Amino acid sequence: MKEKKTYSLEFMVNGEREKVEIRPGETLLYVLRERLGHTEVKEGCGKVDCGACAVLLDGRVVNACLTLALQANKKKVVTVRGIGTPERPHPLQESFIKHGAIQCGFCTPGMIVTAKALLDENRRPTREEVRRAISGNLCRCTGYKKTVDAILSVAEKKESV
Amino acid sequence: MEYFRPKNFNESLRYLGKLKSKATLIAGGPIVIPDIRAKILTPNALVDISYVKDISYVKEEKKTIRVGGLTTISELASSNIIEKCAPVLSEAAREFGNPLVRNRATMGGNLADASPAADTATPLLVLGGMVVVEKHGAKSRQIPIEQFFVGPNRTVLKPGEVIREIIFPKPGRYARMAYTKFGLRNAMAISVVSLAVLVEIEDRACNKARIGFGAVAPRPIRAYRTEEMLTGNEVTRELIAECCEMVKKEISPISDIRASAEYREWMASVLLKGLLQQIFKEK
Repeated sequence: MKEKKTYSLEFMVNGEREKVEIRPGETLLYVLRERLGHTEVKEGCGKVDCGACAVLLDGRVVNACLTLALQANKKKVVTVRGIGTPERPHPLQESFIKHGAIQCGFCTPGMIVTAKALLDENRRPTREEVRRAISGNLCRCTGYKKTVDAILSVAEKKESV
Repeated sequence: MEYFRPKNFNESLRYLGKLKSKATLIAGGPIVIPDIRAKILTPNALVDISYVKDISYVKEEKKTIRVGGLTTISELASSNIIEKCAPVLSEAAREFGNPLVRNRATMGGNLADASPAADTATPLLVLGGMVVVEKHGAKSRQIPIEQFFVGPNRTVLKPGEVIREIIFPKPGRYARMAYTKFGLRNAMAISVVSLAVLVEIEDRACNKARIGFGAVAPRPIRAYRTEEMLTGNEVTRELIAECCEMVKKEISPISDIRASAEYREWMASVLLKGLLQQIFKEK
């Protein structure tokens, strides 16, 4: 069975060193969820269309379903949990709650990760820039207005600090 | 499945030379990974070139621009050089897929996939792009982008050949260009029609015209006969109208899930009219 051949993957997930033996065809999404228990990374479509599996890979937002786990070797992965936890939420997470930018919640981890990547690069985006930044993240509940409002309110706050 | 992770371009070529048909090349992943997951593709070996650093660049030289095959679409979209010298390519890169995919997808990958709707192909057709390909133990080849695509997902690439870079001449100072992508939604859209135009205008006459289309033929194409109608002439409203009729005869769209052939033909003509009017008005 050629599928049995495994390779070792070493990378950082939310600041913690991880080492796993995996098959080369495994996606980053699969390894995060099924091998390392990071179920905060959601599998929506599994084929690039929805952005629910968004993670930061060396600071850049990517679809975990579209990245081989071995392509994260020696790199840093940040999931929504690495951005903030229930005990210590990130301002973006607080803002999503405050603005009610959540209904079913399934797209939220990907939205937060994508928004974080945007704000890391562009401290004060326009509404249009926010809309464009989250254009790869599908939400089927909210209609995006509250999501955009939530991100913008953090962006503006950041600027005034 | 075996996995290889070359560190540079030449090492990649050596792996491919050694593994031959057993190997599948993977760069960013947007093309290969969905196929592996869907079991359309069951490679014996993966050669992962995502760690290759030496073919990821945008370089400006005296007369040419060189873009490394592994340059991501995000890098292309944010490159000042591309913005300045080839705004049609910048625009195509910014409209490509969505921000997440743009961080993984590469220019070489987009071309090698050879979708009839390949977003980077249309601008390269009007910029006069050359695809530089290499293979272990063989001479490098330069293929004009017009000759690179053969049909849907088929190129002239031979087994073991990899795109090292894309080169195109810097457009002259009389050049004007425009790009448009028409899809059924803004993000993650596969084009219904995409279109790039580059013209050189001097003393009101159009000296040179290049028109590139995506998604209206089995491969990205140039509308040569329409280009000829423009070349050497002063561009009037009547001439634009004639071009928009001619272009319908040059394309061969199909009906698919996104649009009917008739609709594509109509839109190709309408979009061309819009771009030509825009370009010839800016004086």
